[in-house]
Amino acid sequence: MKHSLQVLQNRRIIARMDIKGSNLVKGIHLEGLRVLGDPSQFAKYYYEQGIDELVYMDIVASLYNRNSLHDIIRKTAQDIFIPLTVGGGLRTVDDMRQVLRAGADKVAINTAAIKNPQIIREAAKCFGSSTIVVSIEAKRVSKDKYEAYIDNGREKTGIDVFEWAQRVVALGAGEILLTSVDQEGTGKGFDVYLVNKVSQLVSIPVIASGGAGCKEHVGEVFVAGCADAVCLASLFHYDFLRQQQGFGAPNKQTPFMQNKFSRIQDISIPTLKEYLKAKKVVCRGCDR
Amino acid sequence: MKKRCDVAIVDYGLGNLFSVQNACKKVGLEAVITSQKDVIHAASCVILPGVGAFADAMAALTSSGLDQVLGEIVVDGKTLFCLCLGMQLLMSESQEFGRHKGLNIIEGEVLPLRALTDAGVRIKVPHVGWNGIFDPDADKKGSPQKWQGTLLEDVQNHEPMYFVHSYCVVPRDKRVVLAETIYGDQQFCSVLQYGNIFGCQCHPEKSAAAGLKIYEKLAQKIRKANA
Repeated sequence: MKHSLQVLQNRRIIARMDIKGSNLVKGIHLEGLRVLGDPSQFAKYYYEQGIDELVYMDIVASLYNRNSLHDIIRKTAQDIFIPLTVGGGLRTVDDMRQVLRAGADKVAINTAAIKNPQIIREAAKCFGSSTIVVSIEAKRVSKDKYEAYIDNGREKTGIDVFEWAQRVVALGAGEILLTSVDQEGTGKGFDVYLVNKVSQLVSIPVIASGGAGCKEHVGEVFVAGCADAVCLASLFHYDFLRQQQGFGAPNKQTPFMQNKFSRIQDISIPTLKEYLKAKKVVCRGCDR
Repeated sequence: MKKRCDVAIVDYGLGNLFSVQNACKKVGLEAVITSQKDVIHAASCVILPGVGAFADAMAALTSSGLDQVLGEIVVDGKTLFCLCLGMQLLMSESQEFGRHKGLNIIEGEVLPLRALTDAGVRIKVPHVGWNGIFDPDADKKGSPQKWQGTLLEDVQNHEPMYFVHSYCVVPRDKRVVLAETIYGDQQFCSVLQYGNIFGCQCHPEKSAAAGLKIYEKLAQKIRKANA
């Protein structure tokens, strides 16, 4: 059969959207959160541009915000026909059921799984393994050692990332969303070593997250990191905000989001996919 | 008397039924999520979705008697649209965690995707992501002849759809195979049709515009039958 495995097939580009209340937000280094706008507008733009999946992370995850999160999910699911993963503050199987009922296709869990690993098994039994994404926040502690964190990289757990990754697979996770706490928001590139090691250790797909600043970083994490998918936020958010202002025009939001210290370049989804195709990393829409 | 609806989405406790319902709504179909036999019987079309394990799904269907209802639907010649695990359930048996009997509506079996290629390259299973569906006998471009008059009529050959699965169907009679897909170095049946029974291993309700074309065709078929 004619099929070259030198070409990486079926790789996925996922847009990550951090949600607070009814807004899409972005953490800016040393400055805290900035409101970027209505998440449904961003989601619609990404969908039309050919994004493969969406991830919504409720980053505050307070009980009071739940209704607005469910509204955002419901609205998205009515118009956008690609997989939607929702995470952030899902503590129980019932919390998961509620976001799935609102229209999410998969749930991402981190803290709940660390505190009670059996919840992975329980959730996989209720909703199917393919519905359960375990989010792992990894912080480097030495050259070859990483520790799992919870609470957006704020709280340590003492759990070894590589052992944890294998354990979540055994418990029935369908995918791993792997975020490098050290690289997140820096624009300096993915932690390719981390991604490669986890991807080699587990049989299920690994989604790389944290650190992308340009298209070259994305290519690198696919080719050298063996990532099955990547999760990107700022690169696309900046592109959307720029497009909203008209091509090439200065952007009102840009100055505070993308100051002169920022290493993050904006890029459109089709441009990224074309670049990846040239690197023999094939995504949807670029395989013909 | 219960109101007759376009589509009954069979609720047997597994799978994301809401995305299926949203896709139906998008193409103007009225779809109810139900486990009630009379509602299923009264609908113009029945959708059998499913995510999860084969044995659990079969147990849920048999304990609720829905397996019989599905058999009756098929005998009636009603349109039955089966998605992902729903399509696998149509087969005679599955090798997912031992051997399990299926609905046996289409002769064939359900086998695991291989996690290693012949060349020894490791492949991730489950197969998650977008992959092309194609008629192996047709030209690369356009919609294959074989797909005319089926739900794939408006789909282009090799158009990518969204997949999430660890097992695939192997129907005994290859004539039911409408489309195939390659993952790693294996080629499997991704879409099948047998009379008014239509099965997709992929998730058209999660496959953006390409997948909605399948739902659009389903809507046309139902409207034609209702007219």
